[in-house]
Amino acid sequence: MAPILEIDDLSVAYRSEGGDVHAVEHVTLTLNAGEVVGLCGESGSGKSTLAYGATRLLRPPALITGGSVRYRGRRITQGGDPADILTMNHRELARIRWREVAIVFQSAMNALNPVLRVQDQILDAITAHLKLSKHEAREKAATLLDLVGIPRDRLRAFPHELSGGMRQRVMIAMALASDPEVVIMDEPTTALDVVVQRDILAQIVELKETLGFAVLFITHDLSLLLELADRIAVMYAGRLLETGAASALMREPAHPYTRGLLNSFPSLHGPRRELVGIPGTPPDLRDTLPGCPFIPRCSFAIPACTEVDMSLAPPAATPGAEPDRTGPITTGSHLTACPIVTPEEASQEGVLS
Amino acid sequence: MTEPTGNVPAVGGWAPGAVPGLVPAEIVVTEQSAAPAVNANADQVGEPAVVESVAASRGPLAMEAVGLNKVFKLGRGATLQAVRDVSFNLYQGAVIALVGESGSGKSTVAKLLAGQERPTSGQVIVDGKPIDVRNTRSFRAYKSHVQYVFQDPFSSLNPVHTVGYDLTRPVRLHQPGVKDVPAAVTALLEQVRLTPAAQFVVKYPHELSGGQRQRVSFARALAAQPTVLLADEPVSMLDVSIRLEMLNLLDDLRTRLSLALLYITHDIASARYFADEVLVMYGGQIVERGPAEDVTQHPAHPYTQLLIASAPDPDNLGSSLRAGNVVVGPGGAIAGKAGSVGPAHVGCPFSNRCPIADDKCRRDNPALQLLTPVRAAACWRLDVAASPVASGSI
Repeated sequence: MAPILEIDDLSVAYRSEGGDVHAVEHVTLTLNAGEVVGLCGESGSGKSTLAYGATRLLRPPALITGGSVRYRGRRITQGGDPADILTMNHRELARIRWREVAIVFQSAMNALNPVLRVQDQILDAITAHLKLSKHEAREKAATLLDLVGIPRDRLRAFPHELSGGMRQRVMIAMALASDPEVVIMDEPTTALDVVVQRDILAQIVELKETLGFAVLFITHDLSLLLELADRIAVMYAGRLLETGAASALMREPAHPYTRGLLNSFPSLHGPRRELVGIPGTPPDLRDTLPGCPFIPRCSFAIPACTEVDMSLAPPAATPGAEPDRTGPITTGSHLTACPIVTPEEASQEGVLS
Repeated sequence: MTEPTGNVPAVGGWAPGAVPGLVPAEIVVTEQSAAPAVNANADQVGEPAVVESVAASRGPLAMEAVGLNKVFKLGRGATLQAVRDVSFNLYQGAVIALVGESGSGKSTVAKLLAGQERPTSGQVIVDGKPIDVRNTRSFRAYKSHVQYVFQDPFSSLNPVHTVGYDLTRPVRLHQPGVKDVPAAVTALLEQVRLTPAAQFVVKYPHELSGGQRQRVSFARALAAQPTVLLADEPVSMLDVSIRLEMLNLLDDLRTRLSLALLYITHDIASARYFADEVLVMYGGQIVERGPAEDVTQHPAHPYTQLLIASAPDPDNLGSSLRAGNVVVGPGGAIAGKAGSVGPAHVGCPFSNRCPIADDKCRRDNPALQLLTPVRAAACWRLDVAASPVASGSI
């Protein structure tokens, strides 16, 4: 699979009087064509900032302090060099936004304008980004609703006349208006109940299969990603702590934080297991301490943790061994920022208690 | 029987969401004082079973809900029955979970118990007497008995008041004998593990994280020294990693303070770990109830089966979801494709989404039937739906 969006060493800070808040620090993440990548983290871990930073949707006081974001959509590059989103001017950005990279925003249920009919809002998006006649635009809006399984007569409805799930579907339909290659979904199902959530996720997967876009799926619910995503990136305090295939993360969580997340949710099936959770609260991003940001909450923390440089490498095979940083790192590799704990130790801790 | 008048929305043509501000639910067209209602079929057929609660072993009876019904008038003669014949008991030191999707009536039940809404019929009984919330004084007295924790910690705390102010007021109001109010506030904060307390007393809600705010909500409820705590989706707005801590805190509080806890949620997995008894609601009525482990491991009602099949299942990698398949419960219940199918207007409320519904299901609304002394389900086709239960696997 060819990479379509490459976020390379991206850093974003929020300027504030009390000092810079380092919301995203040196994050490298690649999205391949047609792939679902899950980005998982607690509130305030920087996952939304990463996505909005990569699409240049942040406003001051947010400031991109480093890195590059390369986009390789076929309509933009036509087989040539990738385009760097961070150096684009406004006209180039306007060409990318919505048409190439679409976003389903957080709390999309409230993102619809309550005083406009669904049709007018979809038409707004279509006419702003596509050159279509009035009639064609209307037809397009209707086909978009077909796509997400909402009857066409709902075009005339106001948002309050739709259920939460239907509003969410409208938002997804709008994002798909111009056949984007990348769809960023920021907590798209968080406010919905489980049955509706399941329906919508199944629909996203189905649409992805037919239309072939890549999805960056942002959520705090790791259990969802384990089922949904091809690859998962775990974010904490502005840094990536672990990336890898969903199955690898599930079976052998290499970072103690990932392990903590896996032990946080009650399971419905199988035997009841002791839930451990993650004690403590996320750190204040204003004062960055040396080394791993997870130290205060980590049960494995040792003095050497303050010297960890937080670069990603394959998990150490044996306790204490130097991580192998020489081998080729592909986008599918299982990588962790923790050189201290082996996956074996990490998962054993989870079984204990 | 009355005829629908011309200007009311016809039952058949009504689509979920077509009426502003309406949750998809049943509309019954009645004329004032007309009895029986047009939709007589919606009344449950058969005597509801008397279910023993497994929670009774935890402690003495704290509160009884007996045959609660709540009908909202929507204007122009249309009504909405949000709660239908709901009966259950709360016991001290026990957690009863009320599980269901949005619009299933779970929050309305909590509001009836809290005295915020009056039941159309039925009673809430505390200490052998029906509750009395007719005037401010009796409502206040009742509130020192029963407290409510809201879902959204971001909107349930006043942004211009400090934590100290939020807690001082209920202490003064509900514990008039207390001389040293600040000490009582400190004790409350320590109870919900917001320590050091002095640091939190002066904080405003915006300075707190979601989890900390919800702890303040708990402390505020505990300030009234209640015997019953009604927690309406107390963790669903919080991060997954924080939820567990909050549930553990609630669990700890109910044990230490011997609280009777009603835990309302749409997350049936958390109910499995946290509750003694689970009540599953759909379309305003209890469709299944029983011990938490039993209900989640061997769901009998097709709706419960659907709920359980819909919950994310990390142990099931490469599941139906990634293959893009439709969710199918063990009894064959499938998720509504449009995701917006409301309860049926006549017969069993689940009959329009149920794969095994037959003519009887579409005509008559089943009452709860006993499966075991502590379990019951309201379904005509339990022989098909609940085969694992019937075959003696529990």
